[in-house]
Amino acid sequence: MTGINRKAQQRSVEIISNKKVGAYHHMVFAVGDMATFAKPGNFVAISVGGSNSSMILRRAFAIYRSSDRGQYGGTIELVVAPHGQGSKWLTSLEIHDHVDMVGPLGVSFGIPAQPVSALLVGGGYGSAPLFGLAEVLKERGCRVDMILGASIAGKIYAPLEGKRSVNSLTVTTEDGSTGSKGKVTDVMPELIEKYKTEIIYSCGPMPMLAAVDSIAEQFGIMHQCAVEESMACGIGVCMTCVLPVKDENGVIKMTRSCIDGPVMDGSRVIWSSNRQIPEGTWGA
Amino acid sequence: MVENSNFDMRVKFGQKYFDSPVFTASGCAGSGKELSQFFPLTELGAVVTKSIALKPRSGRATPRMAETPSGMLNSIGLQGPGIDQFLEDDIPWLVANQARVIVSISGESVDDYASLARRLRVVPGLSGIEVNISCPNVENRGLVFACDPVASREVIEAVRRNIGGELPIIAKLSPDVTDIVQIAGEVISAGADALALINTLLGMVIDIDKQRPKLAGKTGGLSGPAIRPVAVRAIYQVHSAFKNTPILGMGGVSCGKDALEMIFAGASAVSIGTANFGNPTAAIKVKKEIRELLLERGFNSISEAVGVAHNE
Repeated sequence: MTGINRKAQQRSVEIISNKKVGAYHHMVFAVGDMATFAKPGNFVAISVGGSNSSMILRRAFAIYRSSDRGQYGGTIELVVAPHGQGSKWLTSLEIHDHVDMVGPLGVSFGIPAQPVSALLVGGGYGSAPLFGLAEVLKERGCRVDMILGASIAGKIYAPLEGKRSVNSLTVTTEDGSTGSKGKVTDVMPELIEKYKTEIIYSCGPMPMLAAVDSIAEQFGIMHQCAVEESMACGIGVCMTCVLPVKDENGVIKMTRSCIDGPVMDGSRVIWSSNRQIPEGTWGA
Repeated sequence: MVENSNFDMRVKFGQKYFDSPVFTASGCAGSGKELSQFFPLTELGAVVTKSIALKPRSGRATPRMAETPSGMLNSIGLQGPGIDQFLEDDIPWLVANQARVIVSISGESVDDYASLARRLRVVPGLSGIEVNISCPNVENRGLVFACDPVASREVIEAVRRNIGGELPIIAKLSPDVTDIVQIAGEVISAGADALALINTLLGMVIDIDKQRPKLAGKTGGLSGPAIRPVAVRAIYQVHSAFKNTPILGMGGVSCGKDALEMIFAGASAVSIGTANFGNPTAAIKVKKEIRELLLERGFNSISEAVGVAHNE
């Protein structure tokens, strides 16, 4: 077990900003010292629907940015896609409304001890945690290149302040409405060779992470990915968000993405396990 | 705010007393460590562990979860490390942290349960055994012992023979039966000291875009506030028939009012399950509210309130 969320707390937090950006909402919450402990790759879990809600489960959101001091004290920023009932409710809230938040949760991205050349690959709003990561990597003297992909231009999340923290930004869309037409993996090999990438970080839908991992493997580059499985609790007690992952001894175990992830070593994840327990899994 | 420092929260299962009437439901508290980040486990009557089997179990494939109106379906399939590693890793930590522990056990045969009971009888620091004979997430519905009076009896007899001594046996029953009172009668006469009512109900959600069951395991166990009236009914019926057998009530308890319904129906204590997922401090909230609500209604102890809904 990698961690027990030692710094996690549960508190009522105030919304201090809620702005629509393309297909998403950028939301800022005043969270007090919860922000102090938030690292790139961590997430928060929020109760949705109000006190009489029939939605009993929290929604998990990757932290876009956090700041431990400012006009409102500590803040955590999220990029929310209003897909389902819960996220639609959240994005419909107004400034000064409060929500019940638990965080920061999960395993954050590992930061290399030496300055290296890093390639960050994000899909859709999966780009959100990568900007905070980019800032940290830049502070450590890393070269940071970023690829963001989505189906259409409106689903690319690339705010101005985020762009400042990267050396290069490449955008791909499947319909070609902005950037180059195609997928993030179409442009990866060229960028890896051009910038001599030494580590890959990724966040986005699972099929994208799987495709990124196969390129990482092909080039023999370490790959840290933030996986996305639907969660009921976010704190490691419900066992629903599992996926098959090899442990340090090579044994495949159904592993919680909330507490043993979401950031995982891509080479250990068994990607081809659609609706099945892979053969050889411990206890299968 | 009513103050009464003498309010008696104790409950008794078999020969064991517990200081709080709020427990965690099996499979809803991880290893205990995860929740201990949010409150001290000593606040609980006991941690009821995930149901442990003899051998490691991978559990079922994903998706394992579907949210439903005021509830959820889960299809975990008893994922766990098996009894050996469980006794090595989970139990020592819980005991070292002063948590009271009730170990939940699950088997595929009567012999499995007997073997598990033999393993547990020599483990120091335990406060009880929950015999889970009602998990709906197994491949073969014939393995849901709690659907069959004879199988239910055989399992509890086997555990009774092998556990010996002082550890109370709590039999966990399924509401998915025609007559839960009959099953309760069988397990009580076989030696169960208490009953855990209820396990989840078998359910299904269809994904209308994919036109297939949403869960990889197709069916799952329904839990949460949606099933609370079913739990209250089951507790009421069983308490009516067996007044002297304590009941650990569960099924959608997320606040003090929910717990009171169960206590008034006949539960001596309640377990918090799905509510832990939405609110890591649900157990603390329920405990505080039980005390306040019972004091407001003129009760001085939990035991005074048990089953009052049956009064003429």
